[in-house]
Amino acid sequence: MKPILEVKSMTMDFGGLRAIDSVDLSIDKGQIVALIGPNGAGKTTFFNCITGIYTPTAGDIYISSNGAADGKNERINGLKPNVVTRKGLARTFQNIRLFTSMTVLENVMIGCHAITKAGIMGAIFRGASTKSEEKLIVEKSYLILEKIGLSKYVDELAVNLPYGAQRRLEIARALATDPFLLLLDEPAAGMNPQETMELDELILKIRNSEGISILLIEHDMKLVMSLSEKIYVVDYGKKIAEGTPEEIRHNPVVIKAYLGEEVAS
Amino acid sequence: MTAKQELKKSIIASVWFMFLTFPIMVIKVNTVTHTIDWRWHNMALVGIGSFFLSMLWRYLLKKKEEGGKKDKKAGLSFIQRLLQEKQFALPGILIITLITILFPHIFSMYQTNIMTSALIFVVLGLGLNIVIGLAGLLVLGYAAFFAVGAYSYALLNLHYGVGFWIALPIGGILAALFGILLGYPVLRLRGDYLAIVTLGFGEIIRLVLENWNEFSFGPSGIKNIPKPGFFGIEMSMQTTTIYVFYIVVLLVVFTIFVINRLKNSRIGRAWVALKDDEIASQAMGIDKAKTKLRAFALGATWAGMAGVVFAAKTTFINPASFTLWESVIILCTVVLGGMGSIAGVIAGALLLILLPEYMRDFGEFRMITFGAVLILMMIFRPGGMIEDVRKTYKFEK
Ligand SMILES: Nc1ncnc2c1ncn2[C@@H]1O[C@H](COP(=O)(O)OP(=O)(O)OP(=O)(O)O)[C@@H](O)[C@H]1O
Ligand SMILES: [Mg+2]
Repeated sequence: MKPILEVKSMTMDFGGLRAIDSVDLSIDKGQIVALIGPNGAGKTTFFNCITGIYTPTAGDIYISSNGAADGKNERINGLKPNVVTRKGLARTFQNIRLFTSMTVLENVMIGCHAITKAGIMGAIFRGASTKSEEKLIVEKSYLILEKIGLSKYVDELAVNLPYGAQRRLEIARALATDPFLLLLDEPAAGMNPQETMELDELILKIRNSEGISILLIEHDMKLVMSLSEKIYVVDYGKKIAEGTPEEIRHNPVVIKAYLGEEVAS
Repeated sequence: MTAKQELKKSIIASVWFMFLTFPIMVIKVNTVTHTIDWRWHNMALVGIGSFFLSMLWRYLLKKKEEGGKKDKKAGLSFIQRLLQEKQFALPGILIITLITILFPHIFSMYQTNIMTSALIFVVLGLGLNIVIGLAGLLVLGYAAFFAVGAYSYALLNLHYGVGFWIALPIGGILAALFGILLGYPVLRLRGDYLAIVTLGFGEIIRLVLENWNEFSFGPSGIKNIPKPGFFGIEMSMQTTTIYVFYIVVLLVVFTIFVINRLKNSRIGRAWVALKDDEIASQAMGIDKAKTKLRAFALGATWAGMAGVVFAAKTTFINPASFTLWESVIILCTVVLGGMGSIAGVIAGALLLILLPEYMRDFGEFRMITFGAVLILMMIFRPGGMIEDVRKTYKFEK
């Protein structure tokens, strides 16, 4: 079996600042992998490089076509973000980026943009194919919201949602793009323990029911340790450790990098 | 705040106003006798007036703040709720249809003409609404596309004898091409940068029209543009006016129909998503360049068609009809009416075009009023007169 995402010695420079320094990473199908590190380590930048917001200065990013374990290798460096999404990588944002003037349902419907195709003429004449497509995405969005536990908010404007629900809506929206890999950037940030526990279950549910692989950035060590099968630790843009939660928990280099922060919990 | 503080604030405001308006309100030079008339009573009027206005002002602001805390649903205005009631839809449409059909027969030709102009601006407003209200692209040179449409008809007719009905789609398509032409280089720009570039574009089009005499006949414009024909039947002045009125009404209906459909479609939602957050919408698989260009092209198409109708209605066009001022007025109709809201933009356009028209008697004051109304609106109803309400979707299992 080969990985569905393989990053090879990726480097990202911002002027003189090397935000990511020759990092390798790989994810297998159906795996939950965590990417951790102190503030400013370069985790979000790593996501931005993979999802096409930045083009890495050096290195390669490969995906296995359609996320199949035996798919063809595709290099996705420098592709536009929307193209990357179409290839099956979806993400959430650390600083919530919902479509604030739209309803919760519409936010999820936007996620279906990539898998639908009605154009201007389709919109104006609203023929049979457009109608059924609309019906399909309304249905799909409802089901996703139900699964994520947001069905009571469907017609609410996204801005009016409580914080925890906004984070979940980001996940719902990403799921609507039919990804094989979900990249979550600090999904538990700002959540209370109860919400974090529910999130833990939700992430497992997403992986178990649909076989979607997950790459998770998170500062909540309890969540990371309980969920992930493999953990990568970065500091100052460099990968300093990689291994199972148990290995990471006892790795002296990691403990040193987190000096003051609690790793063993 | 205590009543004493409120009073103090209002007194300070009124003193400040008395001071500010002193040179124009109090001093008057009598040029005959070379003396100065001191009109102190004006000062008293300004003082008292501004005192009460400032009280009123703060009272309204306070009320607005309290209102803002209310539940969103309950905050829907009377008109918004009316528009959402299905049972009023049919009677409402019937009444509006009846009024529009009867309008030119009840009112004078003068009134009909004014109404026709106002309706052309409704089309322009709705077109710009695609670009600004839905896609969030602040375009300031919109009148340029209007000009493209008008000159398309005028020139095609002059050189090739092309008739109105053929020129109408051609004008739209040409304007759309100009929209893409402008849209392409400014894809990366947003907000005020985009506004400035598009403003420049509008001015370039106007300057070209003004100076390229061989092409556009310069400032003297093009005369004797034929009015729309009706299967070659000769029509009197009056019948033509009514005919043009109905054409514009049809164009408005067509525009409303199309934009309503676009608004709640895959494309329309992509526009709103791009307006809300470019990075997130790209992460959702929306092609930013393609989606923006579509907004530019479609927005321009309506300006182009409105331009053709405008040329046919006035039978004479010159660059003076397509200045920055027109662009600003169209922008105001969208902002004042309610970004993204179809009903709002229609109301905004009718108000902004008809009001100054009927206030001609007030002379200079109408522009001041115009400005004051805009400022007040932005403070008390930043979402516009009739704010947009997003569609909700039903799903039964
Ligand atoms: N667009 C940019 N231009 C310049 N520097 C950047 C840019 N984006 C990130 N950086 C820098 O890169 C480094 C890594 O930032 P990044 O946001 O990836 O950290 P992070 O690991 O996500 O941190 P946090 O846990 O606080 O979210 C930081 O020093 C940051 O200032
Ligand atoms: Mg980050």
